[in-house]
Amino acid sequence: MKTLMTGNEAIARGVYEFGVSVAAAYPGTPSTEILENIAKYPEVYSQWSPNEKVAMEVGIGAAIAGARSIVAMKMVGVNVAADPLFTVAYTGIRAGLVLISADDPGMHSSQNEQDNRLYAAFAKIPLLEPSNSQEAKDMVGLALEISETFDTPVMIRITTRIAHSQSLVELNDPIERVVKTYERNPRKYVMLPGNGRARRLVVEERMHKLADYTETVAVNNMELQDQSIGIITSGISYQYVKEALPTASILKLGLTNPLPSGLIKEFAAKVDRLYVVEELEPYIEKEVRILGINVIGKELFPPYGELSVRMVSEKISGQPGITVAPAFDSPIRPPVMCPGCPHRGIFYTLKQLKLVVSGDIGCYTLGAMAPLEAMDTTICMGASISAGLGMIKAHPEMADKMVAVIGDSTFLHSGITGLMDVVYNGGNLTTIILDNSITAMTGHQENPSTGKTLMGQPAPQVDFVSLCKALGVKRITEVDPFDLKTVKEIIKTEVAVPEPSVIIARRPCALIIKNTEKPLQVVDCNGCKACLKLGCPAISFDEENKTAQVDQALCNGCGLCINVCKFNALRKAGDGNV
Amino acid sequence: MSKIINVLLVGVGGQGTILASKILTHAAIAQGYEVKMSEIHGMAQRGGSVVTQVRMGENVYSPVIEPGEADFIVAFEQLEAYRWAHFLKKDGVLIVNTQKIVPLPVLIGAATYPDSILDDLKGRVGRFVELDGLKLASEAGNAKATNVVLMGVLSKYMEFSEDFWQNALEARIPAKLLELNKKAFASGIAEAK
Repeated sequence: MKTLMTGNEAIARGVYEFGVSVAAAYPGTPSTEILENIAKYPEVYSQWSPNEKVAMEVGIGAAIAGARSIVAMKMVGVNVAADPLFTVAYTGIRAGLVLISADDPGMHSSQNEQDNRLYAAFAKIPLLEPSNSQEAKDMVGLALEISETFDTPVMIRITTRIAHSQSLVELNDPIERVVKTYERNPRKYVMLPGNGRARRLVVEERMHKLADYTETVAVNNMELQDQSIGIITSGISYQYVKEALPTASILKLGLTNPLPSGLIKEFAAKVDRLYVVEELEPYIEKEVRILGINVIGKELFPPYGELSVRMVSEKISGQPGITVAPAFDSPIRPPVMCPGCPHRGIFYTLKQLKLVVSGDIGCYTLGAMAPLEAMDTTICMGASISAGLGMIKAHPEMADKMVAVIGDSTFLHSGITGLMDVVYNGGNLTTIILDNSITAMTGHQENPSTGKTLMGQPAPQVDFVSLCKALGVKRITEVDPFDLKTVKEIIKTEVAVPEPSVIIARRPCALIIKNTEKPLQVVDCNGCKACLKLGCPAISFDEENKTAQVDQALCNGCGLCINVCKFNALRKAGDGNV
Repeated sequence: MSKIINVLLVGVGGQGTILASKILTHAAIAQGYEVKMSEIHGMAQRGGSVVTQVRMGENVYSPVIEPGEADFIVAFEQLEAYRWAHFLKKDGVLIVNTQKIVPLPVLIGAATYPDSILDDLKGRVGRFVELDGLKLASEAGNAKATNVVLMGVLSKYMEFSEDFWQNALEARIPAKLLELNKKAFASGIAEAK
C-alpha cells in the first residue's frame, strides 16, 4: 500500500518498521513531527527530552544497552548535542543509533542557516541524505544496518523540503523488535584518555572501511544518459536536477560521508562537463576538487538559501527561463501572537516601562514585532538569562532597566543554568518566566512542567517556584499576565531591587484552553487607538466612523484590552450597556 | 514536464488550507497520479500567510511550484491571492474567496489593505473566478466549510471523476460534519458554472 507522507512521517514509519525501541528529541521546526509521529506507535518508547544534548544521551544509553535508538532535532539542536555526539563516535554502540538532523536552508523558521553535513564529517560518522519520503523511510533501515555493521552512530540529514513535503511511501510490516542483551565493556565505553586514545584509532580504521563500502552501496548510483553534462548531487537537490535537466547524467549520492572517491572519478571521466548541485555549503564540491577533478559548483549556485528547479536549469543552461509577471505590492502578513495570548500583557508592559529586554526562542519572540517591539536580543535557546547577565556585567547601570524573558519549555531546556549563573555571580537581573503551560511555538508539545509525557502518560510537574528557590533565587513572584496593573507594579519593583529575581507570569496558551468567554463589544469609543497598541489581531480601527472594532470571530474574550481602555469602551457582552 | 498539474492553495493560518489540500491529493491519487505536496510551517501557523503546494502528474520530482508555473491558484483570502498571483501560469485559473482578513501591519495603521485587488487581478489573470465562499459555507451550515466550497469550485476545472472527490470528502472529513461539507462542496460546483 502506498500512502502520501511527509519526510518526517516517513522517518517515523521507518522507526516503526525497522525495529527501533527508543526515540528521544526536543521539538524544533522542521524536525518536530518526527517524534510526534513516532508517538503514534506505542511499540516504540518515545519521549521529549528537555534539550537535544539530553535526548542524544538517552539515545546513546539505550543503544549501548542494546536497543535500536533514534534521536531527532533541528540543525541548531545538534550544536547543543554536539558534545556527546563526538564521543559516541569513539565508543560506538551495541545496537543501531541514528541521529536525524533537520536542516533549514532558507531559514523558514530558524535563527541561522547551517549545513550539518559538516558535522558528520567533523564527528567522523557516516551520513545519509534522502531525497524524498520513500528514501527517508528506507534510509532509517539502512542507517541502522550501517550503524550496527560498522559500530558507529549514523546521521541522517534532511532539509525542510524533505521534512515537510509529502510524497508517496510504500508501507511494509515491521520487523521483530529485539533488544540485545547488555554486555559490559568499559574499555569501549569509558572514555578515559587511555581508552579514548585506543578508540581514536578505531575511528580511523572504521572510516577506511566505510570508504570502501560507500563505493558499492546501492544509494550511491549513476544514472547515465546524455554524457555531455554530468551532475553530482544529493538530497532535495537531486529532485530539482531531475526536473530541470531530465536528460543529464547524474551521480546521485545517498551516503555522503565518506564520499565515494572512486565512483566520483569514474563518473567524472564519463561526462564532458561536471557540475555539483548542492544546497548551502560546497560540501561535495570540495571533496571533488581534492580529488583533482575540475568541477563547477558554487561559482554558479549560492552558498545560502534554497535551490530551485528554475535556478538549476538557468544556471546550467546559461539561458534565462520563462519571464514571470512581477508580484503585486502586498502588505506583509507576519505571524502574530494569537488573540488571547498570555504573553501580550507582559510585552505591552515592558514597552510601556521602556526596559531593555533580553529575549529567547519561542512564540514570545514575536514580542519583538510591531506594535509591541519589546525585545532587544534573541540569540539561541536559553541565551536570554545568560546574555542578560553579560549585559549587566558590561553595564552595571543597566541592571535596573532590564529583564530577561524566557518561556517555560526554553527555561527547562537551557535557561536553568543561566539563572544559576546569575545567582552565583551576583547578577541582579530580573528574569520573567513566561509560563504558558506548553511548548507552544512548535505546535504544543509537552515538557517537564506540563504534567504529561509524549506518550500521554501523566507525569510529575516541575514546580518553577521551588526550582528557582533551589537555584538560590530569593525573590520569586507569580503573576497573571492579564492583570496589567499588578504586572507593572511587580516588574517595576523587581528591576529596582539589587538582587536576582524571578517573575513567573502564568496563564495557559490561548490555543490549549477550552474557551467559553464571550467576545468583546465596542460601546461609545472615542477613537483614541490605545487598544491598538496591544497588537491583538482581533482589534482594528474603523477609519470611517473613527472607532475601534472587535472581530467577533477572532476575539476570544480574554479582556486584556479592557485594561488599556481608559474610556470603558470595550466591554464583555452583558457588562453594562451592551 | 508539461504533464504536471500545479495547484497552489494560499490563505491565512487557521483557514483550513491543509485539509483542503488533503482532499485534493486524495482525489489526485485515486486518479492515478504521482503526487507531491509541500507546505512550510512553523512561524506561519501564528496567523501568518500560509501556502500549500500540490503537484501531480505521471512523474513529479520537485515538491515546489515556482513563479509563473501554477495551473491553479485557490486563494482563501483576497490579499493572499494578490500576494501569490505572479505564481500563476499565463493561462492559469485563479479562484478567489473574496473574504478579507486584515494583517497586523494594516490593523495598527502601518500599512494599507489595497482596495483594487479584485480589479487588478481581473486585469492580469487569464481565468478568474471570485466568490463569497464564507457566505456559501455559512449557508451550507458552517463557516468553517469555506475550504470545501473552494474545493468544489476547483473540481469543476480538474478532470477528476466526481466519485474521487466524493470519496476524498468521505475519507478526510469526520462523519458528523460530512453532510454539511458535501453541501458546501456542491455549492462550490454550482458557483463555478
